[in-house]
Amino acid sequence: MIELEGLTKRYGEKVAVDHLTFSVRPGVVTGFLGPNGAGKSTTMRLLLGLDRPTAGDIRIDGRHYDQLRDPLNYIGALLEAKSVHGGRSAYNHLLCLAQSNGIPERRVPEVLDMVGLTAVAKKRPKGFSLGMGQRLGIAQALLGDPRIVMFDEPVNGLDPEGIHWVRTLMQQLAAEGRTVFVSSHLMSEMSLTAEHLVVIGQGKLMADTSMAAFIHENSRTYVRLRTPEPERLRNVLHTAGIPAVAVSDGSLEVENVAAARLGELAAEHRIVLHELSPQQASLEEAFMQLTAGSVEYHAHTTAEGPEARRGGQGWGQGWQEGR
Amino acid sequence: MTTPHQQPQAQPPGGGPAAEAPSTAQAATQTAQPLSYTKPPQQAPAQPPAQPPAQPPTQPPGADHAAQYPPPGGAPAGAYGGGYSSPIPITRTHLGHAIASEWTKIRSVRSTMWTLSIMFVLVVGIGGLSAVGRAGEDNISMPMLSSGLFGLMLGQICIITLGVLVVTSEYGTGMIRTTLTACPQRGRVLLAKSLIFFLLAFVMTTVACTLTALIHHSVLSGPVDRLDYGYTSYEESVKAGEFVVQDGEWLGATVGAGLYVALLGLLSLAVGALLRHSAGAITTMMGVVLMPLVIALFMVGEAMETLREKMLEFSPLNGLASLYLIPMQDDQDASGWPLLGLLALVTAGALMAAYAMLTKRDV
Ligand SMILES: Nc1ncnc2c1ncn2[C@@H]1O[C@H](COP(=O)(O)OP(=O)(O)OP(=O)(O)O)[C@@H](O)[C@H]1O
Ligand SMILES: [Mg+2]
Repeated sequence: MIELEGLTKRYGEKVAVDHLTFSVRPGVVTGFLGPNGAGKSTTMRLLLGLDRPTAGDIRIDGRHYDQLRDPLNYIGALLEAKSVHGGRSAYNHLLCLAQSNGIPERRVPEVLDMVGLTAVAKKRPKGFSLGMGQRLGIAQALLGDPRIVMFDEPVNGLDPEGIHWVRTLMQQLAAEGRTVFVSSHLMSEMSLTAEHLVVIGQGKLMADTSMAAFIHENSRTYVRLRTPEPERLRNVLHTAGIPAVAVSDGSLEVENVAAARLGELAAEHRIVLHELSPQQASLEEAFMQLTAGSVEYHAHTTAEGPEARRGGQGWGQGWQEGR
Repeated sequence: MTTPHQQPQAQPPGGGPAAEAPSTAQAATQTAQPLSYTKPPQQAPAQPPAQPPAQPPTQPPGADHAAQYPPPGGAPAGAYGGGYSSPIPITRTHLGHAIASEWTKIRSVRSTMWTLSIMFVLVVGIGGLSAVGRAGEDNISMPMLSSGLFGLMLGQICIITLGVLVVTSEYGTGMIRTTLTACPQRGRVLLAKSLIFFLLAFVMTTVACTLTALIHHSVLSGPVDRLDYGYTSYEESVKAGEFVVQDGEWLGATVGAGLYVALLGLLSLAVGALLRHSAGAITTMMGVVLMPLVIALFMVGEAMETLREKMLEFSPLNGLASLYLIPMQDDQDASGWPLLGLLALVTAGALMAAYAMLTKRDV
């Protein structure tokens, strides 16, 4: 169990984490989402006692990190940046960590095997690829067989097989009753692994909800219609009391009405349909929507941001209040 | 924390069939603690996925086993119970663990091997060469072991570099975050690093210096034909027509020199912890060691005389030279030991400052 209470961290003028209050329960994977610079890594560093909070508190089973007497057996963390001495072999790197916590040495080859790095155990991480470095980080996190696992963007740099492996690993760890806290930018990735969801933007809490509820709330379903006679179709729909929205590409979008009913209606009035397709807005869109107001670092190449598409910020806030 | 002997019910004596005794650790937690989370832990393997199943129950019982696998007493009971409990023994960490860890760290990077080998080559090589060079002369210009200083003046740079790198390489690579996650007691990390480095530096430097001194002794001792020495203090180097080692010369040229250089290295470690930057810390230490001497060389004229004398006297190089009985200041009887004491005090101060900064600052 990880508990945050009004956690705040400033770096000079910059507020990286702003009064965060939430908790992470054992037994489920909790996804921690936010755009770049939202404060995810900072929150994790605060948890590990690497940075000191400006205000508020962050506790692990009621204690601060530096009060843990067996830290690696308690929390295994994969940090954002490669936090490894490039000149020390993978084996020795894990060995020195094991020794610092009195973990038996036989655990080192075990975790190396688990992440598939046995072949390069004696090699120096300097020459590791991004994915290999990530695997070493995961091995390090699992070294103490911890009850809390915290991964900062674990799939970063992994190949598809590796991504699949991390996904299963996290679910397995959670099923064993551990607390799994994992950060990511990818809503779609999280929807496959996480059962619970915490979203932050600019250091502030935007959502703290179950994944199922999030999907339910946010997957807008609609039917797209395309016809050579859009005006006539609109009239027909209007008469039937069905609101339709004309989209810029010439198609119509209808919400909350089954595709079958729309098809029948068109057939009744002998309107030719070129397309009749049920659509689902992606979770990624929902996520962008939620954090739209809080994205600090965005590229300026796309003409149309998520804000422009569905008018903005109030949406996320209203949703947050509604939970 | 209970000892293995206090929980015999959980496990039949002799281990029992593996199928019957899943893991004492789990059995204990599952019965003793309320499950406060939504999903109960799975019945059987409370282990990470691909881990081989060779865990506690299947291991042969015995003292070794008991020591290796104490039951998990570290789990706090009550509100935070349940969750997951590992079959890996929970150990209350202490300084010994940090020391073992730091020893593994220091011996598993190449910079240690390189700096120490170069130090050895410089000290013994240059020392040996100057001893052989002096053997041909029949005038005694300095005490017998003192030319060991020349190699050591260069060799100390290696120790300074290693001392700095012990800390700064962790900041440079980001390893420090891993280190402090594994051991959040930052003072303990600094202490373990200091102890391991100091002992290693002291032993290696002392061995190198002793070897050099022995070379000097074997090459130089013996009868002298002509007594052509300028300074009175060297009179003691000649007894009954023989070139001999003065009183205290052995100690100063071996253990004294080793201690002095190891302390300089420890000071470098502290400076590294304060500056967190390899190049910056090494440059600073070079300045500390060389600047007083260099400045003194450029101080000419009567007015500056006392200041110049003080600069020379407290120059770190003078401390080392005095241990070899060739002090740079005018007082030729000055001993290096008070300066060594001063260096120890300065080093202790720097370490305390490093500790204060380490505990205060974000990583
Ligand atoms: N040590 C630091 N000094 C100054 N500012 C910092 C420091 N660490 C983080 N910040 C700032 O705090 C904010 C949050 O950063 P953080 O790394 O926690 O974001 P993040 O959510 O992990 O982002 P990303 O998704 O890109 O990894 C950023 O604006 C960053 O510039
Ligand atoms: Mg980050």
